[in-house]
Amino acid sequence: MQVVVDNNGIKRYLVTLNINGDSYTRVIKANTLLVKFLREEIDLTGTKKGCELGDCGSCTVLMDGKPVNSCIVLAVEADGHEITTIEGVAQNNKLDRIQESFIENAAIQCGYCTPGMVLSAKALLTQNPHPTEQEVRTAIAGNLCRCTGYVNIVKAVLVAADEQ
Amino acid sequence: MSDNYTQIGKSVPRIDAFEKVTGQAKYTADIKFSNMLVGKLLLSPHAHARIISIDTSEAEKLPGVKAVITHKDVPSKRYGLSPARWDENIFCIDKVRYIGDKVAAVAAIDEETVYKALKLIKVDYEVLPAVFDAFEAMKEGAPQIFEEYPGNINTEIHQNFGDLDQAFKDAYYVRTDRYDGQRTYQCPLEPHATIAYWEGSKVTVYSSIQSVHYLQYYLSQVLDLKMGDVRVLKTYIGGGFGGKMDPSGLDFGAVILAKKTGRPVKMWFDREDMFFNNRGRHPQFMNITTGVTKEGKILGVHADFVMDGGAYTGLGIASAYYAGALLTILYDFENYKFDMLRVVTNLPGCGAQRGHGQPQPRYAFESHLDNIAEHLGIDPLEMRIINARKPGTLTVQGFRVDSYGLKEAMEKAREISGWRDKKGKLPQGRGIGMGNGGFVSGAGYAIYRTDLPHSVATIKVTDDGTSAILYTGAVEIGQGSDTVLCQMAAEAMGYRYEDMKIVAADTDLAAHDLGAYASRQTLMSGAAVKQAGEDVNKKILDTAAEIMGVSNEELDCRDGIVFVKSNPEITKTFAEVARTYFVKNGQLIGRGSYKPPKLGGVHKGSAVGTSPAYSAATQVAEVVIDEETGEIEVIEAWDVHDCGYVINPALLHGQVHGAFYMGMGEAIWEEVLFDKNGKLMNGNLAEYRLPTALDMPPVASELVDTVDPNAPWGVKEVGEGATTPTMGCISNAVYDAIGVRVKSLPFTYEKIWRAIKEKK
Ligand code: FES
Ligand code: FES
Repeated sequence: MQVVVDNNGIKRYLVTLNINGDSYTRVIKANTLLVKFLREEIDLTGTKKGCELGDCGSCTVLMDGKPVNSCIVLAVEADGHEITTIEGVAQNNKLDRIQESFIENAAIQCGYCTPGMVLSAKALLTQNPHPTEQEVRTAIAGNLCRCTGYVNIVKAVLVAADEQ
Repeated sequence: MSDNYTQIGKSVPRIDAFEKVTGQAKYTADIKFSNMLVGKLLLSPHAHARIISIDTSEAEKLPGVKAVITHKDVPSKRYGLSPARWDENIFCIDKVRYIGDKVAAVAAIDEETVYKALKLIKVDYEVLPAVFDAFEAMKEGAPQIFEEYPGNINTEIHQNFGDLDQAFKDAYYVRTDRYDGQRTYQCPLEPHATIAYWEGSKVTVYSSIQSVHYLQYYLSQVLDLKMGDVRVLKTYIGGGFGGKMDPSGLDFGAVILAKKTGRPVKMWFDREDMFFNNRGRHPQFMNITTGVTKEGKILGVHADFVMDGGAYTGLGIASAYYAGALLTILYDFENYKFDMLRVVTNLPGCGAQRGHGQPQPRYAFESHLDNIAEHLGIDPLEMRIINARKPGTLTVQGFRVDSYGLKEAMEKAREISGWRDKKGKLPQGRGIGMGNGGFVSGAGYAIYRTDLPHSVATIKVTDDGTSAILYTGAVEIGQGSDTVLCQMAAEAMGYRYEDMKIVAADTDLAAHDLGAYASRQTLMSGAAVKQAGEDVNKKILDTAAEIMGVSNEELDCRDGIVFVKSNPEITKTFAEVARTYFVKNGQLIGRGSYKPPKLGGVHKGSAVGTSPAYSAATQVAEVVIDEETGEIEVIEAWDVHDCGYVINPALLHGQVHGAFYMGMGEAIWEEVLFDKNGKLMNGNLAEYRLPTALDMPPVASELVDTVDPNAPWGVKEVGEGATTPTMGCISNAVYDAIGVRVKSLPFTYEKIWRAIKEKK
């Protein structure tokens, strides 16, 4: 990783992340969190912050297909990796089946957990196209939702899986 | 009759679903303005201390810091959400009253600089003795937190209706129980954020707030600004549940820092700040005494409560009144006494969380009723049925309850839960319980005294009639008001939901409304929207009559088509009629306004608890308890709700799911803990345990049909009422499972384990 040192002697690192299929190069401090990188450097604010401690899952993104809490991943750790954020789930303005199912099954209320939920569900269905209800619940257990009681979220994921 | 509706009574997709599911929806913290600074509050590290001096000079010198403000830089006028007790300052002046109290604020070019600057502010404190328990706080010699609340008593209520002494004399059985509640928090997933910027003498404030109106009002009051110079709006809000009602230090801080620096300022709470600043649920300590006949008919009730209010009042005085006011709605009895002491302590101030002051008293009362039924040898559900309020009756305090389907809700819940086969018949360690609840469908009076309407609405049909825009001050916080109000507008206009757009909750661009609290918007905002829609509808029919050469009485309009009633083949589209109207008269506009009629009795505090309509709900839950560990699992739940006519069933059931979820969290896991110095111990989402997807049981949500005469299309509330039966219902299920009563919330594994052990 290329390093630039500023006038105060603070090191900055040249990183390149592949985000939603495009590559972005930025110079950042070592302590820059991935969530901050996405929201502030790249302006992808679909990734939310609910706790910044790894407890709520609002900041879930996929790193090489696996769900991670982007508030506890450093941007330098993501250097060279493929990141999918909520903005990369719909393709050419066509919603993913999971997104459609969230809408059809009233799985969205305030919507703050929705990006993270959709990405956790996406990772699950990619790995395991026909999960049981328990597997769905386990896959989203790290994503808190304060509005829905998860009832319609679980239903939406199962419906999307059924149709695959 | 509902068959005649084309836009309501249908589970249309949310109007904001696409933005939310794609990540496009911008919440306050997602918004950027050029040249924007970021700001944070400095919070007190002491629970009770005198401020000797504050030195901000080092912080101000730090490169990148643009402003540091303390009480010296802001008006000293006190405020609070309820005007009955204004006891809070923007920043503490002489004293801090809890760990987390607001002392100063900083604006700087970035987050890192802000945090560094906060550390450089030197505050010299003289630490004072503090008190963290409501009963300790009332004792002689306890530290006095406010001069104006001697004995630390902030609110004292004594209400007495009927002749309770006589009722208890006449009773076959009189019983007293004591139950204790805990302090919980709303924990909306989106942390509160505010952005403010000035243009000359006018300020614009983006805030995650449940009422743009009250925030505008309080900013203008406290900062001495004209209301017309303060614009408050919200974009998307990630949940509220009462936590985003009060004007916060972020709102005042951002406005003042923006003024001082001449730049936009964004401020936000991190998760721990939310526990300090969001006004959580009051813990209540509840003695409840009831006298009944041999058959279980309630003759009289005495509710004798104490609540810990924390450091400030906010909306707490209303919470105190609500605790007792709504106990009389569900069951009909003629003698009632309500005593309440709201006490201040050196902990964060409490306020309104979903269900306001009512869920804990309901927990106490519903547990208490089960105890009475057991003593009498009556099925607790049957005992409640004989006491259930009938429609069209007055409560003992004089609240009028028109539509009311509690009895029907219980009967249906009994059926769908298999109650008769299960109650008292499940194996040891497994139990079933029920609880009732309900809520106001909007408060009869505004929070501050005013003659303003509670809701107004305007609908503008665009020039060629192919879309219409609803302007409302109702605040969408996730509950679905934008969607439901657009359905209502379209129905009243004879238009199509798909062609509706909405501009909401912006004090400049939308219309006035008191906002999202007390479950008011479906009924109250809905009433204004219906009127506005009917206004448009009338103009369409009048214009169509002219074009079509018939009288307007011969016409109707539905789903975007105007037709002759006697011959529905003869039609014009709404759009072409609207365009004609526009060409002839200019913009096609509809207007509506709603204010509740005068409601309530004559006693002190009689405004609290009034509403045009009351919902009712029965919940049943089945639990399994591991007797070795005390672990409790809710395995199934049933809710039957009387919420009047339902505009959007899918959204409605979503509210029930979420309400049960929150009540279950409060019943089993959720509790904020402080150490002996008043320091918050679990201010994060790992240790303040919200239920996950693995904890949530299947919930069957069903309805009973009522149509309330005082509401547009007969609607009533659902969002808060559905959380009020849950704790009592789970309490009763636990008792059924283990045969011993856990008398305080939450029913932690440890408490259950101890209860089982003590019984053995
Ligand atoms: S913000 Fe990352 S887990 Fe909560
Ligand atoms: S929809 Fe609000 S947090 Fe999930």
